[in-house]
Amino acid sequence: MKELSVNHLLGIKYINTNDINLILETADQFKEVINRPIKKVPSLRDITIANIFFENSTRTKLSFELAQKRLSADVMSFSSAQSSVKKGETLIDTVNNILAMKVDMVVMRHSSPGAAHFLSQHVKASIVNAGDGAHEHPTQALLDSYTIREKLGEVAGKKIVIVGDILHSRVALSNIFALQMQGAEVKVCGPKTLIPQYINSLGVTYEPNLIKALEWCDVANMLRVQNERLDVSYFPNTREYTQQFGLTNEILNNLNKKIVVMHPGPINRGVEITSDVADGNHSVILDQVENGVAVRMAVIYLLASKIKN
Amino acid sequence: MIFAIAFDNVIEISYICSHNTHNMSQKTLLNSKEVNIILHRLACQLIEKHLDFSNTILIGIQPRGTFLANRLSQILKNDYQVSDLKLGFLDITFFRDDFRRNEKPFEANQTQIEFLVEDKNVVFIDDVLYTGRSIRAALTAIQSFGRPKSIELLTLIDRRFSRDLPIQPDYRGRQVDAINNEKVLVKWAENDGEDAVYIEVKG
Repeated sequence: MKELSVNHLLGIKYINTNDINLILETADQFKEVINRPIKKVPSLRDITIANIFFENSTRTKLSFELAQKRLSADVMSFSSAQSSVKKGETLIDTVNNILAMKVDMVVMRHSSPGAAHFLSQHVKASIVNAGDGAHEHPTQALLDSYTIREKLGEVAGKKIVIVGDILHSRVALSNIFALQMQGAEVKVCGPKTLIPQYINSLGVTYEPNLIKALEWCDVANMLRVQNERLDVSYFPNTREYTQQFGLTNEILNNLNKKIVVMHPGPINRGVEITSDVADGNHSVILDQVENGVAVRMAVIYLLASKIKN
Repeated sequence: MIFAIAFDNVIEISYICSHNTHNMSQKTLLNSKEVNIILHRLACQLIEKHLDFSNTILIGIQPRGTFLANRLSQILKNDYQVSDLKLGFLDITFFRDDFRRNEKPFEANQTQIEFLVEDKNVVFIDDVLYTGRSIRAALTAIQSFGRPKSIELLTLIDRRFSRDLPIQPDYRGRQVDAINNEKVLVKWAENDGEDAVYIEVKG
């Protein structure tokens, strides 16, 4: 009988390869469950989960909520726009007030890096990080690995290029950790201004040319241009970004092999990826969304099994 | 029913309790030949009730019930010429009633049911019927695949007197009166190197 080495999922860097494998194997079973005529199991009947989103989210929040409901947990969700945070309440106070209502697990998204880690040290509940600033987004990396494994058989030995705004991307950082732990090779590609200065220290190489990067890789993970995080100008304009780093069907057809195209969403159609690529047969974007529910069910199930009565 | 030898008699095993209490002691309940006879009898009993199996689905309960289910389906196909046999495997991990009540979490196994069970006669197949809680979980789990016309239960070993729930088998290989510190071990040639059933007493 295997169990996770941690009581919280704060980031990929806090877990080990066995944990990743256990989560992905458990997700296999849940993927089968969510394709049944009745897509629900009763495991978490006595668990209550709060989803606290201090930052906007559609996909992740819905995916977590659905995963929790498929496991029969009681779920409450709120976003900061409607909460007392706007009235000046501190994070710990907000969460402790929620926990006073007998909540066992908190799924949180926050704009500050380390917010989930901070919370895990100050409140008594199992914490799942659903994105903390530009730090980590572990469930996204896990569902990306799950999708790669599903499409290509395994992650080990595969070559993955992450294209776009690496500097502000928690998806990129979590993916780099997760892919390397599973034995994949990672390159990053994008405007020099959006690549962290010390990226090499993570064991990742930088390839400034998109075509060369695509020729090298098995999987291209196209990140969104996060206009809301670009406080100063990192590249002249979106048109120039698209010309250099936008993925089109023409580029894909000129490659001498078929690669897998991923995108964590939401897509800026026509910016980092054209519509025909997003909807084409290279794209696994909607598989990622489906797998997201299965992977989050696995994470929540495995963490919940460590909560003692 | 050529194989329907009177095997439903109860085995008295109380004498093992006098063995050394610090060591495990083991007693053979069924050897390979006896297991084989019982499997053929169970197959015949299934045929008697389900005829050509056109409206029947055999479901092996993961993990240990799958061996028995595979064996029975082989016997039905090879020795009794049942051609249209539907076999599935059901994992009950997420439907158990002791989640978070055990020391260690449960590992999930693969569920493999490639058909709807709507309006079908389902036969659950498991190696040992003990408290009945696994079968309770299976009864809930199978509902995710439709509403069966009927559900029956086949077990190789029926541990009488240790039931927590009102669940009884429709087809049983052998009934035993094992007490709580005794463990029934079912071994299969394809997995454990031999066909046999042992009773082990914990010291």
